[in-house]
Amino acid sequence: MRFDHYDPEGFYDELFTAKSQPRPEATLLIERFNSFSASEIKRRQQSAQIALMKLGVTFNVYSDGQGTERIMPFDIIPRIVSAQEWKELEQGLKQRIYALNLFLHDIYNEQKILRDSVIPAELIYSATGFLKPCLGLNPPGGIWCHITGTDLVRDRDGRWYVLEDNLRCPSGVSYVLENRRVMKSTFPQLFNTMPIQPVEDYPSHLLETLLNLAPEYLSDPTVVVLSPGIYNSAYFEHSFLAQQMGVQLVEGRDLVVADGYLQMRTTKGLQRVDVIYRRIDDDFIDPQAFRSDSLLGVPGLMEVYRAGRVGLANALGTGVADDKVIYAYVPQIIRYYLGEEPILANVPTYLCWEPQQQSHVLANLDKLVVKAANESGGYGMLIGSQASPAEREAFAEKIKANPRNYIAQPTLCLSRVPTLMEEQIEGCHVDLRPYILYGKNIYVSPGGLTRVALRKGSLVVNSSQGGGSKDTWVVCK
Amino acid sequence: MLSRVADSIYWLNRYVERAENVARFIEVNLNLLLDSPAGVTQQWEPLILTTGDLPLFQQRYGEATADNVMRFLTFDRQYPNSILSCLSAARENARSVREVISSEMWQQLNAFYFMVKEAAEAEATPEWQDFFAEVKMSSHLFAGIMDATMTHSEGWHFGQIGRLLERADKTARILDVKYFILLPSAKDVGTTLDQLQWMALLRSASAYEMYRKRQRHRINPTAVAEFLVLDREFPRSIQFCILQAERSLHLITGTPTGTWSNPAERAVGRLRSELGYLTIDDIIEAGLHEFLDKIQRQLNDIGEKVFSTFVAVNPV
Repeated sequence: MRFDHYDPEGFYDELFTAKSQPRPEATLLIERFNSFSASEIKRRQQSAQIALMKLGVTFNVYSDGQGTERIMPFDIIPRIVSAQEWKELEQGLKQRIYALNLFLHDIYNEQKILRDSVIPAELIYSATGFLKPCLGLNPPGGIWCHITGTDLVRDRDGRWYVLEDNLRCPSGVSYVLENRRVMKSTFPQLFNTMPIQPVEDYPSHLLETLLNLAPEYLSDPTVVVLSPGIYNSAYFEHSFLAQQMGVQLVEGRDLVVADGYLQMRTTKGLQRVDVIYRRIDDDFIDPQAFRSDSLLGVPGLMEVYRAGRVGLANALGTGVADDKVIYAYVPQIIRYYLGEEPILANVPTYLCWEPQQQSHVLANLDKLVVKAANESGGYGMLIGSQASPAEREAFAEKIKANPRNYIAQPTLCLSRVPTLMEEQIEGCHVDLRPYILYGKNIYVSPGGLTRVALRKGSLVVNSSQGGGSKDTWVVCK
Repeated sequence: MLSRVADSIYWLNRYVERAENVARFIEVNLNLLLDSPAGVTQQWEPLILTTGDLPLFQQRYGEATADNVMRFLTFDRQYPNSILSCLSAARENARSVREVISSEMWQQLNAFYFMVKEAAEAEATPEWQDFFAEVKMSSHLFAGIMDATMTHSEGWHFGQIGRLLERADKTARILDVKYFILLPSAKDVGTTLDQLQWMALLRSASAYEMYRKRQRHRINPTAVAEFLVLDREFPRSIQFCILQAERSLHLITGTPTGTWSNPAERAVGRLRSELGYLTIDDIIEAGLHEFLDKIQRQLNDIGEKVFSTFVAVNPV
C-alpha cells in the first residue's frame, strides 16, 4: 500500500505536510505502511475489526427491538501527535479543567464571578445544567469534575480549538484502550521501533482518582461504577472500566439508602458504598431530588451526598459548564480565576441571546454552524452551508423563539488524516477527545480518542452519526 | 457479591442447562422413532404435553407434526423455553455480569448463541441430530470453561446451583417422558421394543454407558429409574444434582451440612435426606410419575427459596 498518491489537497493533514512529505514524527509509520502490500493492509484492517467484535467492544443499537451490537468502525492508520505538540495541549487542558473547577465551585457557593459581572447571572440561572439543589455543596477537595473528555479540533491553518468540554459523563475511553490493544497485536513491529506513549495505565489513574474521593479514615473504601444497565449504548464501557479497575458494576436497583449511608444489596445483606463513578445523568440520579419518574437512580442519594457520606464522580451540577453559551465564556473564566491567558482557544462563538450577535447569525446562516446549547451527539444542530433554504428558515424561527438556547460558530475546516476507504487511502476529517482526570493532581491521558468522519468530505465524526475511530499516538520523533 | 449479580449467574447457568436439556428431550423422541418398527405412528404431541405448554403450541402451530414440534421447542422466540429463547436469555444475563465472569465464558456463550441463531434463520431445516449434538457439546464447553476459568467462589457456586437444579428437574422430566409416551401396554413389557425405548431414554440422558457399567445387568425399568433418580455418582442423576447443589449452597453461607441457617438450605437439605434414604421400591410403590411430579415441585420450591434468601433481601 503506497502513500505516493496521497495528497493533503490543501487541508491541514495530521501525517503529511505536503504530497509525499510525511511529518517528521510520522516518517517511520509511513515507511512501514509503504512496505506492506495493499492486500496485506486490507487483511490487517479486517482482522482488527473482527478482533474488536470478538472482544465485544460494541455499542448497542436498540432500534429494532431485538438489539444489535455494532463496533465503531476502526481504521488502522493511526493519528500521530508529536510529544512537543502534546505537551502544549496538555498544559492547555490542565489550565482549562483547573479553571472550570474553580468556576463550578464558585457558582454553587459564593458566586463571586456573578457579582463581579464577568458572566451575566441570568445565563447561569437559565442553564439547564445548573442545579439548584447543589447550591452550597462542597465536594471533597473542592473538585467537581474528576473525569473530563474535552473535544478538540484543528482548523485549516493547523491551530487547535476547544470545541466543547464534556464535564458530565464523557464516553469513549474504552475505545482508546481497546483500539490500542488491537493495534499492538496488528502492528507489533511499529510499537517496537516507535516511542509511543502508553495509555494502558488509564484504569489505574481512574481508580486513584476515585479513591481520592473517599474519606481519608477509610482504609479500604468501596468504589463502584453506576450504570443505567445493559440497554445503555455505552454499557460495554461501563462494564469494561469496572472490570479493569476490579470494582463492582452496579445499577440503581442494586443501591439503597439505609442508616444514612448509601448501601448495595449483596447476598450477605447491605454493604456500604463510599465512592460512585456514575454514568447516569444528573437528572436521573435521585428521583427525590430531581426527576421523580426516573427508575435509574437511588432515592435519597442526594441527602447522603450532601452529608459527605458518599463521593460522586463527577459531582452533580457540572453540566452547567457544558452549556454551549457558558462555554463561550470559558476564556474569561480562565482569566478571572487564574489571571492567565488561555493556552487553548475557543472556537469563535456568537450568542444568539445578544440581539446584535443574533442579527449577525440570522444574516449569515448559510455560513455558520448553529448548535442548541444542551444537545450532544450531533443532534439539534444546523450546518448552514449544507442545509436547504427551507431548513435554514425553520432554524431561524427556532432561534428567534428561544435565543438563549442557540449559539453559532463559523464552519471550521477540520484537519484530516489518511484513512483506508474502499480501495484507496483518502484524507478524512477528524477531531480529538483527550481524557483528563482530576484527583490529587490533574492527569491527561496521552492521546485520546480520535474520531473520524468516514463519509468523503463529511465533517460529522459522531459514532451515532456513522463516524469511526483511530488510535492516537503521542510520539517523540 | 451483589444480589443481582448472583441472580444473573444463577439464571445464566440455568438457561444454558435448559437449552441443553431441551435438546436431550427431543432426542429421546428422535431416537425412539428411529428404533420403532415400521407402521408405528409417530407421537409428538406428548412431548409438548410434558412441557406443560400445549395450549401455546396449539395456538401457534395447530398440528403436532415432528417439524412443528421441533421448531417450537428449538427456534420459537415466542416460546420462552425454546433453545433459542433460553440462549438469548442466558446471553442477556451474561452481558449484565460480564465484569464478573471470565471473558472466555462470555465468548463461548456468544458463539453458542450465534450458532443457534444462525441455524434458526437459515432457510433449510437443520440436520436435527447433528444440531442437537452441537447444542449439547456447546453447553458442555461452556460448563467446562466456567469450571476452568472462573474462581470457585460465591458467584461460581450460584452458577452451580442454577445448573444443578435445572438438570435435576429435566432428568425428572426426561424420565417422565417414558410414563407419558412410552407407557407400554402390558403386552409390550419386557419385549424388544420396551428394551429399545429404555435404552433410547438412557442415551438421551448420556447415561447408557454409565448405566451398563454400574448395573452390570440387563436393562429393566426399575433399575433405570433407580439409576437416574438415586445414583450418587452419576452427574445427571437427581440425587447427585441435589447433593452437589446442597454443597454449593453451604459453601456460600459457611453453614455446616446437616444444619441450616436459611429456608433455602432447609428445603435442599430436606430433599437431599429424603432421597438419601429412599429405595427404588418405595418410589415405584408410590408411583413413579407421582414421585417425579413431587420432585419437580420441590425443586421449584428450592429455586424460589434461593431467590428469597439471597436476591430478594431488603426489597425496596
